[in-house]
Amino acid sequence: MAGKTLYDKIWDAHVVDTQDGEAILYIDLHLIHEVTTPQAFAGLRANRRAVRRPDRTLAVADHNVPTEGQALGVDAVADEEARLQLQTLGKNVADYGIEYFPMGDIRNGIVHVVGPEQGRTQPGMTIVCGDSHTSTHGAFGALAHGIGTSEVEHVLATQTLRQKKAKNFRVRIEGEPAPGVGAKDYALAVIGEIGTAGGTGYVIEYAGSAVQALSMEGRMTLCNLTIEGGARAGLVAPDETTFAYLKGRPSTPKGGAWEMALSYWKTFFTDEDAVFDREIVLDAAKIAPTVTWGTSPEDVIPVTGTVPSPDSFDTPDKRASAERALEYMGLSAGQPITEAKVDVVFIGSCTNSRIEDLRSAAKIAEGRKVAPGVRAMIVPGSGLVSAQAEEEGLDEIFKAAGFEWREPGCSMCLGMNPDRLTSGQRCASTSNRNFEGRQGRGGRTHLMSPAMAAAAAIAGHIADVRDFL
Amino acid sequence: MEAFTRLDAKAAPLPLANIDTDQIIPKQFLKTVERKGLAKGLFYEYRFDEQGKEKPDFVLNQPAYKAAGVLIAGDNFGCGSSREHAPWALMDFGIKCVISTSFADIFYNNCFQNGLLPVVLKAHEVQQLMDEARGGNHVTSIDLEAQTVTSPSGAVFRFDIDAQRKAKMLQGLDAIGETLQAAPAIDLYEQKRALDRPWLERA
Ligand code: SF4
Repeated sequence: MAGKTLYDKIWDAHVVDTQDGEAILYIDLHLIHEVTTPQAFAGLRANRRAVRRPDRTLAVADHNVPTEGQALGVDAVADEEARLQLQTLGKNVADYGIEYFPMGDIRNGIVHVVGPEQGRTQPGMTIVCGDSHTSTHGAFGALAHGIGTSEVEHVLATQTLRQKKAKNFRVRIEGEPAPGVGAKDYALAVIGEIGTAGGTGYVIEYAGSAVQALSMEGRMTLCNLTIEGGARAGLVAPDETTFAYLKGRPSTPKGGAWEMALSYWKTFFTDEDAVFDREIVLDAAKIAPTVTWGTSPEDVIPVTGTVPSPDSFDTPDKRASAERALEYMGLSAGQPITEAKVDVVFIGSCTNSRIEDLRSAAKIAEGRKVAPGVRAMIVPGSGLVSAQAEEEGLDEIFKAAGFEWREPGCSMCLGMNPDRLTSGQRCASTSNRNFEGRQGRGGRTHLMSPAMAAAAAIAGHIADVRDFL
Repeated sequence: MEAFTRLDAKAAPLPLANIDTDQIIPKQFLKTVERKGLAKGLFYEYRFDEQGKEKPDFVLNQPAYKAAGVLIAGDNFGCGSSREHAPWALMDFGIKCVISTSFADIFYNNCFQNGLLPVVLKAHEVQQLMDEARGGNHVTSIDLEAQTVTSPSGAVFRFDIDAQRKAKMLQGLDAIGETLQAAPAIDLYEQKRALDRPWLERA
């Protein structure tokens, strides 16, 4: 019999029961936030149901918190809808006894930054959250994915999820990257390779020497973007890098329990004779700093490239959407992408707002100035990331260069809080979605790494980070 | 979820095809934190003019149909975005059954999660129900056990429904209710987990 993949092992360890061909999968950690939970709690109340495991649930406020004035509290949030959702979450967690890091708490931040940072996210776990980028937690070798509001209610009530198993897909990235190239470039290159639907029906395991060489932050960036390739979840097998990251975090086991957990975690790897339904291999050395030119995360080109012509696509549908994308983005075919002038630079989001991301951006910003007319903002992923960066003096580097240093939250990743693009503004962004209107109506998003975004801020246009190293 | 066994209610005809979920409930109503109260946004663009005044000619604004419990609609009802607010809004308005020749997939599934019965009938049957609903007597009867719809004049139409779905609907069992039937297995799993991975019990 063939061996098991990492995904198979996590799956098998969590099947509680099977009903009508669907597994009932036990959920070890349920992360919740203000936007996708109110109706779930309303549903529980309507049906007089309890939360089965409040102790396996953690709440944060991130999607629609403003990134300034957080100390004033929820009642001071100007946006009525946001305020109501935040107040509702506060009430729900109190009613059901769920731990909550409210806005202004130093432990609060973007849900996918907080879970790992607190050591809640651990290898071999199943983790869900009503946000599609829950795939981030797969960096620890945990099966993690986004769910809808009905499923949030289901998990609250039963601590399980009904699900059919996905197929196994392995993406190997081998070799040494060129300087200035990292996890974000790998992730964009993978989506460019497989397309936004290429991962549909699969769970992707990332492997290979270039993946093993990544820090936890880098692995999180890679797994975060997995969902943009259509896969249910991304995984990296836990190793010494993982264990070193986890050691000593507030919620990781201590003493004898640590040893016990460690030996359990070490059972989570893909057996040598395991069979994948699909596999691709990328050469890290061939990946350049990558940016998107269009309105889908698969619209990627190397920063040295030119905007593609719609004629270069093989199907009429694709040609039509490329034409629409060019029009929306205000770009023309054949133009070098470095000609695109930026109005806004956003360094943040659950893809790239961790300490390492800020360090790599600060390295580019240090001793330089943001180009005139460019609004550049840094939004740390959590209060703790912010404090750490301040301790390292990164905030001073950014402020001296002319960047705004803001309070944590999802911020301009999605147009749900006051940080938004206005129509026609072009943004170099470290977030994960360049869909039409995602960062604000009519806004034009180019996805890239934190170092590339910092370079764009300095240059005033999309720029090759290698010229700044 | 409330059980659905039998319904005798006024039926409102809405002879339009491809009514998408954005027409059922436009996105400005998705900001709510409740499932209740969505009735005010149901078919908003059809029901209200720009000043927010009721449009008297829209069917659900007419006195005879204000208390409708059944909606009879054209093909492909509920297409578009997957928002669960669509069945919530219909239910909140008091509609417990929608009859059409076809439904969009996600909407159809969402209905069963929320106790709203979607009934698929043949085109001429839907047409007859639509015609009769426009007459003076609007009460249409749906018997889920027998899988029949009885028109105001007494014509009986049979409909098909997946046996499992029917059973759950009759018992008022949603996915959560169904999973909770496996509660002993979940208890057992948790006991085992507490032994194997005790560190997870102390977070
Ligand atoms: S930063 Fe963006 S993608 Fe991440 S959780 Fe917030 S809204 Fe979702």
